[in-house]
Amino acid sequence: MSMTTLTNSPQAPLTTSLQTRRLPLWSLISIGVGAAVVAYLVFKIGGLLDAGWVLTIVGAVLIFLIVLAVVSTVVEGGRSARNRVATSLIYSAFILALLPLVSVVVTLVNKGKTRLDGTFFNNSMRNITAFDSGGGAYHAIVGTLEQVGIATVITVPLGILAAVYIVEYGRGRLANSIRFFVDVMTGIPSIVAGLFILAFWVLIVSPHFSPTDKPFYSGFAAALALCVLMLPTVTRSTEEMLRLVPGALREGSYALGIPKWRTIARIVLPTALPGIVTGIMLAIARAAGETAPVLLVAGGTPDRNFNPFQGNQESLSVYIYEQASLASKYGPPRAWTAALTLVALVLALTVVAKLLSRRTKLNQK
Amino acid sequence: MAKRIEAVGVTAYYGAFKAIDGISMVIEPKSVTALIGPSGCGKSTFLRSINRMHEVLPGARVEGKLTIDSQDIYARDVDVTAVRRTIGMVFQRPNPFPTMSIYDNVVAGLRLGGVRRKSVLDDACEKALRAANLWNEVHTRLNRPGAGLSGGQQQRLCIARAIAVEPQVVLMDEPCSALDPISTLAIEDLISELKNQYTIIIVTHNMQQAARVSDRTAFFSIDKTGDPGRLIEYAETAKIFTNPSVKKTEDYITGRFG
Repeated sequence: MSMTTLTNSPQAPLTTSLQTRRLPLWSLISIGVGAAVVAYLVFKIGGLLDAGWVLTIVGAVLIFLIVLAVVSTVVEGGRSARNRVATSLIYSAFILALLPLVSVVVTLVNKGKTRLDGTFFNNSMRNITAFDSGGGAYHAIVGTLEQVGIATVITVPLGILAAVYIVEYGRGRLANSIRFFVDVMTGIPSIVAGLFILAFWVLIVSPHFSPTDKPFYSGFAAALALCVLMLPTVTRSTEEMLRLVPGALREGSYALGIPKWRTIARIVLPTALPGIVTGIMLAIARAAGETAPVLLVAGGTPDRNFNPFQGNQESLSVYIYEQASLASKYGPPRAWTAALTLVALVLALTVVAKLLSRRTKLNQK
Repeated sequence: MAKRIEAVGVTAYYGAFKAIDGISMVIEPKSVTALIGPSGCGKSTFLRSINRMHEVLPGARVEGKLTIDSQDIYARDVDVTAVRRTIGMVFQRPNPFPTMSIYDNVVAGLRLGGVRRKSVLDDACEKALRAANLWNEVHTRLNRPGAGLSGGQQQRLCIARAIAVEPQVVLMDEPCSALDPISTLAIEDLISELKNQYTIIIVTHNMQQAARVSDRTAFFSIDKTGDPGRLIEYAETAKIFTNPSVKKTEDYITGRFG
């Protein structure tokens, strides 16, 4: 008797179940399909809000989220519902962010492939009129490579050394002001960099190198303008990477009696190398796409000019600008192919740089 | 090999903050000296001022006199890298160079100090790894990254790296505090072997460890937070742990404060 009263006494269960009810996969799929169908009927067939495809898809996603929230709350409870809605939102945002990127690549490849031929890569625009279908971007590719190459050769050592100074040596007001101005320079509009080089290099300095004492355009001037744009990016990203290198590594090196400069050159910089390379590649990609400053100080030309120190020079981005605005049906296809070439060039450079910086990271030795 | 270190009135600052005040002690060659005391009492600061690592931090400076075999460590004409090569250091957390292999880590001090000969480096590497009781575990994979070892192995790698440059004094700043008991035991055994060749100074929070490995023990303490650390008592380890002459030491040893 007393036993039964004990066992029957009202008591909260000591253990609560760890299992909860979960929505099965098929229910999620059917909610999705249902939402798509409803959205299609309401917006597309029903013509609500005069909707096209975009609004239909947005509507489908919204209906899916609302139904999912309701169903999940009823079946699984509030926490699970919030989790499901948040997860769905994150995936939607991811896809939304990816769309323009994919769209750009697809458009580039689609429109660029029409002129992706030998003529394009072996010819300049010399003697090509609005009625001629041929012509190419050979001169522009060489121009871009030379200008960006010179700019990189000048910028990378300067930028890295500046960052080393700021992080490892700079103390007090000087280092702070340099860091501040590097930050300010990061935001300089590229046209301003172009104007600066136009005023400083082309108009003031270049006459001294000219036999006729006349100012002249050159690919080198374009490279200088690109330097102005790349330097803050390289310095800033290198600075960030150097700051990430743990102080314990520097101390470990000092404690072995290794001088400071050697510690920086052999311990700190190699440790930060992959990040520094990424920063440099970002700077190069930005510089390769700059149009305004190159147009301003290198002038652009339909002819081949492989000498970056003398006379007008073309670059891919200037070429794109010219061809896209050309009053000829042959212009735009050339511009698309040039754009595709430019993107491929930057991509190839990035891949190579990444591989190189990874190779130095041990394992193979 | 081993050398005698003498500190007279060593006072160290971090900017305006006085971290240790007037430390005077003599550290005998070929012995293990343990520095114990509560957190913030300046043991590590004193240790770091012995090989001039204290001044690496911005605003940090040292006053007083520190000599190694009666040569002033802080004299104007002293090359700081030579001091650090003579007085090696092992840190609290293992810090192998992440871009380097095990081999490169061990010979880093020699190679970056200007030694180029492959045979010299190879010999030094094997010798240091053997001395650090790590050779048997890693000799087949010297080309693998040093950061891929376990924590205890990494710490022994750092010890090997420190003794590869053939210092005469080895400073250890809580070398076992990030390690498990088995790795700790390995390092303690290593310390007892190393003292046949080197003068060893070890900072530790583990009093049993101090009692186990050290010949002499120095007890540091502070009156209250913000005050500089002082040397309270310095004597044979056995005396400190069984019959300390200062009341404060006894309180700390028996766990009544700190």
